[in-house]
Amino acid sequence: MIAPDEEEGFAVAIRAAAAAREPLAIEGLGSKSGFLRPIQVADTLSTRNFSGIPLHAPKELIVTVRAGTTLAALEAKLAEAGQHLIAEPPHYGFLDARAQTVGGIVATNLSGPRRVAWGAMRDHVLGIRAVTGRGELIRSGGRVLKNVTGLDLCKLFAGSYGTLGVMTEVTLKVLPAPEATGTVLLRGLDPHDAVEALSAALGSPYSVSGAAYLPQEAAMALGFERPVTIARIEDFAESVTYRLDRLCALLHRFGIVEKLATEASRTLWRAVRDGEALPVQPADAIWRVSVQPSYGPSVLRKAQDAGMFGYLDWGGGLVFLTGPATVEAHAAVMAAARRAKGTWWLMRAPEPLRRSVDVAPPEPEALAAIRRRVVASFDPAGILNPGRLFAA
Amino acid sequence: MIDLPAPKQDVLDRRDAVYEGLRAILPARGVITDPARLKPYETDGLSSYRQMPFAVVLPETTEQVAAVLRFCHQNGVRVVPRGAGTSLSGGALPLADAVVVGMMRMNRILEANYGDRYAVVQAGVTNLGITKAVEADGFFYAPDPSSQLACMIGGNIGMNSGGAHCLKYGVTANNVLGITLVTIEGEIVKLGGTHLDTAGYDWLGLAIGSEGQLGIATEIIVRILRAPEGTRAMLAAFRANEVAGACVDAIIGSGIIPVALEFMDRPAIHACEAFAHAGYPLDAEAMLIIEVEGSVAEQDALLGRIKEICAQFDPISLKVSQSDEESAAIWKGRKGAFGAIGRISPDYLCMDGTIPTSTLPRVLHRIGEMSAQYGLQVANIFHAGDGNLHPLIMFDANNADSMHKAEAFGADILRLCVEVGGCLTGEHGVGVEKRDLMGVQFTDTELDQQRRIKTAFDPDWLLNTAKVFPLSDTIPRAA
Ligand SMILES: Cc1cc2nc3c(=O)[nH]c(=O)nc-3n(C[C@H](O)[C@H](O)[C@H](O)COP(=O)(O)OP(=O)(O)OC[C@H]3O[C@@H](n4cnc5c(N)ncnc54)[C@H](O)[C@@H]3O)c2cc1C
Repeated sequence: MIAPDEEEGFAVAIRAAAAAREPLAIEGLGSKSGFLRPIQVADTLSTRNFSGIPLHAPKELIVTVRAGTTLAALEAKLAEAGQHLIAEPPHYGFLDARAQTVGGIVATNLSGPRRVAWGAMRDHVLGIRAVTGRGELIRSGGRVLKNVTGLDLCKLFAGSYGTLGVMTEVTLKVLPAPEATGTVLLRGLDPHDAVEALSAALGSPYSVSGAAYLPQEAAMALGFERPVTIARIEDFAESVTYRLDRLCALLHRFGIVEKLATEASRTLWRAVRDGEALPVQPADAIWRVSVQPSYGPSVLRKAQDAGMFGYLDWGGGLVFLTGPATVEAHAAVMAAARRAKGTWWLMRAPEPLRRSVDVAPPEPEALAAIRRRVVASFDPAGILNPGRLFAA
Repeated sequence: MIDLPAPKQDVLDRRDAVYEGLRAILPARGVITDPARLKPYETDGLSSYRQMPFAVVLPETTEQVAAVLRFCHQNGVRVVPRGAGTSLSGGALPLADAVVVGMMRMNRILEANYGDRYAVVQAGVTNLGITKAVEADGFFYAPDPSSQLACMIGGNIGMNSGGAHCLKYGVTANNVLGITLVTIEGEIVKLGGTHLDTAGYDWLGLAIGSEGQLGIATEIIVRILRAPEGTRAMLAAFRANEVAGACVDAIIGSGIIPVALEFMDRPAIHACEAFAHAGYPLDAEAMLIIEVEGSVAEQDALLGRIKEICAQFDPISLKVSQSDEESAAIWKGRKGAFGAIGRISPDYLCMDGTIPTSTLPRVLHRIGEMSAQYGLQVANIFHAGDGNLHPLIMFDANNADSMHKAEAFGADILRLCVEVGGCLTGEHGVGVEKRDLMGVQFTDTELDQQRRIKTAFDPDWLLNTAKVFPLSDTIPRAA
């Protein structure tokens, strides 16, 4: 493994690999190396030794982080200033390593429950420094909140799974962490009514920042006896009190509405964020399906019919699923997502399955042709995580 | 006038054949070639630059856009996408050999889904038109450029436009879920959708703000949000720019993110007051307009906290609006700023750099020095929460020297923005105006990588040629 502690080290390693045409696995701490397609590589290039937080300007709402910094370290640093990461990135319990890097979270564009209201990881990447497959250092964006100068490569890199370049540093927008939080909870709804209730909450003027539905098994994994439907408010204490009351009145027609105060609310949403409600077995597969919220219940039902477990986040728009790592189960997820006009990732699975199926929806040919040209423009020798997202 | 590339002689030579080809694709009302009718398209919001187009086409469907682009691609004809033409960076400036593709006939709202909180609209719908269509149901489309009455969502996609409320709600890119993009080869591709995250590469994020370099957006899926219970503004005026800047820091440092936080300097206050009679304090050096949202009780609580913070900075005046009318009055001057400057100066250039907010006092001081040096007046309006600075440079376009000085002054301001850690443009785009300054912010390596992406989408560099990238580089480069 090559793990430079200086930025130039990444360029040297990539230039050498490009010259030798020897592919590299690009990773931070490898916590997500079991995600998407497996790759054949000669060596691994890791950001794990390139860490640190060169700049945190709380009043400018920005933080600059070297890619190998752990997510936990960044969160601790922000917490000292009473701030947090807006997209609430998950710390999944099923990762291959306990810690994950900030670079990895950006490269996989993973966001938690707050995404439904405040945007994804990619929405808060203000700037990047990256070494491309040509071994060239490039920057995009910067350290200011508003910037439309040139093409937005920050978004292109977010979610690119290390296939365009190695991000060495990212600058993120951050916000003050809310003073208080609270949750309203409804028990026993079916998925359809649950999403209707969540839509009412998200469509209210009360700034709901989390909206999830845990069906029976998922609810039981978190200590409830029946399915639960939950909506969160994060704000100043007096606003949380007021808004929870308003939500109770609004959702009354769906049943008895209970309230959770700050601490109980935090614990519950952390569990939702981290996928703790999923009974994941090591040999199982995990899928994420992103659909328009009202289609979430039908995707969930079809997956359940095919023997999977799951729950809904993002007001119904994110269907998080686990089940047998078989071609049949995968086909069922793809079919359900397609019917719902949605998109999907086979996130984690044992290698044989990931090697033999699409892990994300194939692009129409016109877009695939553009994608090949764009990827080749960053990585002409095809040495950075080749085939991680698409086989060809 | 800025340099434009030499027109392609072979295209000019085939004028009639190209016109005929376009007429075969579009209904007669959709192809304009008569000089009198081309005239309104010769400029955009950067009206000191003018160039008559080769032709203007007004497609009515995505398929027509695709057919036009395929035809232009096959015939080597350049294309300039155009929305309402309000670009302040010359993004929609025509070329003598280019077909301007005007999107205004694609102005229908196709769907509004309140349960799933999105709307599907055509590119020629105006920004405000979206909010107007959904506001009866309590919803709105968040990004609100001051030009929102005129500018179109397709143009907003082109520039990744912002507005006074993007401190809280984000810019265009944060509020769009999907677009239908037509490539120069005439392919119709859908990026994103009605869902939040999309698997695979973020082509949507790349396309937004690409200034018509990668394709033409014909249909857009926007997020719509439920409007807050209410909003209320307050005004705080201070003795010095530094003090107002420190007050902004203190507000954000306290954990409050107002929906809007606007800063005006002395010249801006005076110009706006003379124009709008909004009751702005004329003895102040700097003024903040701060807006919060929520129920009346929540507004009271937040404004109470903010007022306490402002009070620590020895304000000249502090005025919390007590009604919607008073809030509107506070905003009236700010919203009329461009008109106000237009009244005291025959012409003005609106610059758009972004700076780290901590450098504001230093930057305003330097701009003041440059103003004296160039002998041109400047008024500064600033989205204080996010660092986006709009110096309005006053000049006389009929005087070549004055115009030249204004351009040089503007370029110096933008260099300063980059020097202090900021960027050339926060929301107006590079266009033609700033293309030759791109080297101030980016290395050649960085620009080359961006150009290769452009080439991957548009191999012959026919789309919006001579914008964004320095002119000498508009010839295609090998991928
Ligand atoms: C008085 C005034 C106030 C303004 N205030 C603001 C403000 O507060 N915030 C802000 O961000 N901007 C502001 N602007 C700038 C301008 O209004 C925005 O850039 C706006 O988004 C342009 O929209 P338009 O429809 O006029 O696009 P145009 O000016 O016609 O085009 C803008 C760019 O987008 C491209 N384009 C247009 N349509 C498409 C399409 N369908 N597909 C692909 N590319 C396309 C064009 O080629 C061009 O490069 C202001 C302008 C004025 C005149």
